[in-house]
Amino acid sequence: MKDLSRHIDMRWLKPPIFLVCLVPLAHLVWLGFHNELGANPIEYITHSTGTWTLTGLCVALTMTPLRRILKQNWLIRLRRMFGLFAFFYGSLHFLTFVWLDKQFDFHEMIADVYKRTFITAGFTAFVLLIPLAATSTSGMIRRLGGRRWQMLHRLIYISAIAGVTHYYWLVKSDETVPLRFAGVVAVVLGYRVIFYALQRRQQAAAAKRSARESVFSA
Amino acid sequence: MLIKKPGDIPYSEVTPKSVYMNRRKFLAGAAAATGAATLGARSVSDWLEPARVFADETKLGPLVKSPFSSSEMQTPYKDVTHYNNYYEFGTDKGDPAANATKFVTSPWSVSVEGEVNKPRKFDIEEIRKLAPLEERIYRHRCVEAWSIVVPWIGYSFNVLVKLVDPKPTAKFVAFQSYYDIKQMPLGPRAGIELPYVEGLRLDEAMNPLMLLTFGMYGDTLPNQDGAPVRTVIPWKYGFKSIKSIVKIRFTKDMPPTTWNIANAHEYGFYSNVNPQVDHPRWSQASERRLDGSFFGKRIKTLMFNGYGDQVASMYNGLDLRKYY
Repeated sequence: MKDLSRHIDMRWLKPPIFLVCLVPLAHLVWLGFHNELGANPIEYITHSTGTWTLTGLCVALTMTPLRRILKQNWLIRLRRMFGLFAFFYGSLHFLTFVWLDKQFDFHEMIADVYKRTFITAGFTAFVLLIPLAATSTSGMIRRLGGRRWQMLHRLIYISAIAGVTHYYWLVKSDETVPLRFAGVVAVVLGYRVIFYALQRRQQAAAAKRSARESVFSA
Repeated sequence: MLIKKPGDIPYSEVTPKSVYMNRRKFLAGAAAATGAATLGARSVSDWLEPARVFADETKLGPLVKSPFSSSEMQTPYKDVTHYNNYYEFGTDKGDPAANATKFVTSPWSVSVEGEVNKPRKFDIEEIRKLAPLEERIYRHRCVEAWSIVVPWIGYSFNVLVKLVDPKPTAKFVAFQSYYDIKQMPLGPRAGIELPYVEGLRLDEAMNPLMLLTFGMYGDTLPNQDGAPVRTVIPWKYGFKSIKSIVKIRFTKDMPPTTWNIANAHEYGFYSNVNPQVDHPRWSQASERRLDGSFFGKRIKTLMFNGYGDQVASMYNGLDLRKYY
C-alpha cells in the first residue's frame, strides 16, 4: 500500500479520534447519571478506567508496528494522543483508587502499595507513565533531543508489562481478559524485538559490505 | 426471652414490594418524573428503573421474626440480584442475573446421605416445610471486601441435621451444588473445579445462625442467588455459602471445598470473616457496604462479621491465622 501521508490532513483526522477516545468516559458519566453503574459503582469505574488504560497503551504501542507493516507513516502522528489518553484513563483509575475507594486514607494506601503485589505493579505502571506524559510536547522532545527522548519513552514497555501483570494478578480465577491483553502486549513488543534484531543484522551486513567496497574503490 | 429490636420487623412488613425505592432509585425516580413530563412517562421510567422482571419467584409466608436479624440498612433488591458471584453462570458480577434466567429449578430434590442413621432424599417442597420459615436479616461479607445486608428466608440447618440423625462418626458436613454444562455453558470457563463443593465442621453446621435458605425479600430465591435452596453462613466469607444444593453428605473427614482446591494459599477451609487476617492480595480490615447510597460506604470489618457472640466459642484454642 502506498503511504497516504500526503493525502491525510491531521487537523481533520485528530479531532474525531480525540472524541472517540472520550467515549468511554462519556459512557461512565452517562451510566452514573442514569444510576446504571451497578451495585458497586466504584468497582465498576475502577475496572472500566483500568481496562481503557490498558487498551490505550496497547493502541499506542501498535502504532509503530502498524506504520512499518502497512508503510503508513502518518500513523505515528496519532501515537502521542493514544499514549496521553492511556495516561488520562490511568489517572482516573488511580484517582478512583485514592479518592473514591480509599478516601485518601494514605496509611492504608501505602500499606497496599507495599504489601499487595498487584497494587505495586499497577502503581509502577502508572508512575512510569508520568514522565512520559510530562515530556510528550514537541518542545520537550526538542529540549531532550530525539535520542534521549526516545530512550526515556521506552519506559512505556515496562509500564505496559507492569499494567498487564497488575490485571493478571488481581483476578480470582477467570484469566481470559487479562491474558488477551497480555497477548496483545506480547505481540507488539515481540515485533519490536524481532525488528531490532533484523535491523541490527542488516546494519552489520551493510557495514561489512561498505567496508569491503571501500577497500576496492581505494 | 426475645428482646425485640427494630430489626425484628420482617422485610415484607416494612417495605412493600411495590414501593421498592432506595435513595439512589428515588433520585432516579425523581429524574424520571421530571423527564417524564417532556419525554413520555412510561418509556423513561422503565428505562431508568427496570422493574422486577423475574417471573419465577413466588411469595413465601407466613414468616417468623428472628432475634438474629440486623437492623442495618438493607441492600436494595436490585443490587443483591444483579451483583453477585455464581461462577457456573459466568465470572462477571452481572453474569448470573443475565444467564440464569432459564435455569430449571423444578422438579428439584436434595439428597442427604453419609454418616447418618436416616439418609433421605427430599423433594424441594418437602424440605422447605420441615420447619417454620423465618426471615433473617444478615450481613453478608464477600471475600472481595464488599458486603450487603439481606433479608433471607429459611430455617436453622440444625433442624435437618437432627432429622437425619448423624452417627457418632459424623464430624463434617459436605455440600454439593447442581452442575450441568447444558444449563451452565460458561461453567468450564469459570477457572474453578465444578460442581461447587463446600463443607463445615458438624458443630458449625449445627450453629443456629447457619441458615438453610429458600428465599429472600419475601419471595423464593431468584435463580441467580442460588434457587431453589442454598445455605447462608453469615460469619464466614460469602463463598462458603453454597447455592442450588443437590447433595448434603455427613462425613468422617474434612471434605474438600472448591476455593480451597483452586487456591489453598488464599482460601482456607474455615474462611471465617477476620479483619486481622488479610487475603494475600488485599486487606480484609475494611469493606465496602453496598447500602444503596451512590458509592456505598467503607466500614471496618468486624470479627466473625459481627457474629462473635454466637460463634466465637466454637473456635476457642484454634489459631485463626493458621486456620484461615
